[in-house]
Amino acid sequence: MSETNTPAVSTETETETARGVEDVSVTIESPAGPEPAVPAVSDAGELQSTTSAWKLTLREFLKNKMAVAGVAILVFFVLFCWLGPVFYHSNQNTTDLLNTDGAPGAGHPLGTDSNGFDIIGRIMIGGQTSLWIGFAAAVIATVIGTLWGAVAGLLGGLIDATLMRIVDILLSLPFLLVVLIISQRYGANTWGLIIILGVFSWLVPARLIRGEVLSLKVRDFVSAARVMGGTNTRLIFRHLIPNAMGTVIVNITFQIADAILALAALGYLNFGVRYPNTDWGSQLGDAQSNLSNGYWWEVFPVGVSLVLVVMAFNFIGDGLRDAVDVRLRKR
Amino acid sequence: MAGYLIRRLTTAILVVFGIILVTFLMLHIIAPSPAITVLGPKAQPAAIKAWNHANGFDKPWWDQFATYLGHLFQGNLGYSYHLNQSVSALLTEKAPLSGLLTIASLVLSILVALPLGIYQGVKRNSFGDITATSLAMIFYSMPTFLVALVLVQVFALSLKWVNPNVPQDQTLSGALAGWPDLIMPIVALTLTAVASYSRYQRSAALDVLAQDYIKVARAKGLSERLVYSRHLVRNASLPMITLIGLSLPLLIAGNLLVEYTFNINGLGLLFVNSLQGYDYNVLMAYTLITAVLTVVGNLIADICLTLSDPRIKLV
Repeated sequence: MSETNTPAVSTETETETARGVEDVSVTIESPAGPEPAVPAVSDAGELQSTTSAWKLTLREFLKNKMAVAGVAILVFFVLFCWLGPVFYHSNQNTTDLLNTDGAPGAGHPLGTDSNGFDIIGRIMIGGQTSLWIGFAAAVIATVIGTLWGAVAGLLGGLIDATLMRIVDILLSLPFLLVVLIISQRYGANTWGLIIILGVFSWLVPARLIRGEVLSLKVRDFVSAARVMGGTNTRLIFRHLIPNAMGTVIVNITFQIADAILALAALGYLNFGVRYPNTDWGSQLGDAQSNLSNGYWWEVFPVGVSLVLVVMAFNFIGDGLRDAVDVRLRKR
Repeated sequence: MAGYLIRRLTTAILVVFGIILVTFLMLHIIAPSPAITVLGPKAQPAAIKAWNHANGFDKPWWDQFATYLGHLFQGNLGYSYHLNQSVSALLTEKAPLSGLLTIASLVLSILVALPLGIYQGVKRNSFGDITATSLAMIFYSMPTFLVALVLVQVFALSLKWVNPNVPQDQTLSGALAGWPDLIMPIVALTLTAVASYSRYQRSAALDVLAQDYIKVARAKGLSERLVYSRHLVRNASLPMITLIGLSLPLLIAGNLLVEYTFNINGLGLLFVNSLQGYDYNVLMAYTLITAVLTVVGNLIADICLTLSDPRIKLV
């Protein structure tokens, strides 16, 4: 049915895969962008409705049990962190120094931490920070990376070489060390951390999108747009990026998982958000010295939440990647 | 080959220069002068100004960068005002222990991940494969320090098999004397690395198994054992070379988190402690060394790949 208008060529060779970067070749037809969706014409010449590429992708995605489980876990944690405090009341504003390090029991199902805060309530507000920073940082990184990669790929030549050498240089810098150095000075608040994490993790998306654009820009519709007088800006925003959207979305998912892990490492080393605000990494960092006192409830509930959320994003990413990759699709 | 090598080396040198410049600028913006560390938090502005002038910290940044570069070429990494020691001395003092942790866990993880990934590829979707994939997914989504904390809880606090405290001796021989206590840090690092390597190795094995030459090998009547040992293992382990070259920054990051968790007196802990005091030269030196090692590692990985795979022609 949909094969009629699908030049499903896998255009990009798998050169980047050997570099440890998951190369995703996406050939999506008629995405939401203005690339004119040619109605499929069957051999008989009559018009037929085709299932849109996004619907096909969604159908493929829903077949993947792990990915659906990932969505379920994620929805649970989003509701738990943002709606949870509405139903589960706990005092997160004043310390309770008579009830510090309390074991799980009546009143505090998962105990209290070293300031007397209820652990469940703590996980809720920490999760808000961790999820929000992870999401926002990933979006910033993907936007910078997409533009950088698209410009490099489209213009080519010396500009491409220069832009990609800059990526090489920044990619050789050890991410955690650099981020630690900068957060020591500027990382005390949520937006500081979002910008730091975002600004230092756009390099992989830049490489991915560049690869994607290199294969897209020789396709006929780009030449057609160019012949009709489309400027480079128009090519990038109206044709190249919309057609690379599959790669971009898959990348955002993995990027969120990485950003949440990076933020957890920062928080663990005491470079996360500052008290009274909290994130999951900071909670782990505060609790780690209490582990030898037997206060396991301060470490493992928040640890499990962190792992589940990161795993959910990885499952969703894997599922999306398989779903947008037409070559893997069974028709 | 020679032409490729020369071009590759030139790029590597350019990248290394870029790394030095970027790191220098970054630290220069964040911590322009160590005057406060030297003179104390209550130093008069005039005294700070005088100290900056005497030590050249009031010069424009390119001037300071040129000086730094000059010192770097002489092997002088600067002086830690915080610890009153030269950075080179600090690094040589602490490097052996960190090196031991990193190299031991790297070797162990390759020894585990390579056969594991190949096994998973061959026995695709078997019970063993699914178990290994799920475990890898869990450890892959787990920060290294959480793996370390779980190990501490299970093996040190609950089962009491090992001591929760690692030796505080920072010499290699002193640490090796209490080697059972190094098991947990090394295992924590290994588990994280195996999780990502084995995922990669599995998909590499699956790629190779789909190739025509495997079909040919089977069709001409080779036993499965020979197909695997002669054709699969060799071809499927090639991408690992590149992966190992690329994973150095991650290993260093894991090393830092594990050293912090177990309070091991190595380079990672030195870095974390130096952050508090903006110990400029130490931060700069460690970042720089890691970055340069990454570039060199990638270069070596590429060359090894060419040498071991005649299909890759570098022009």
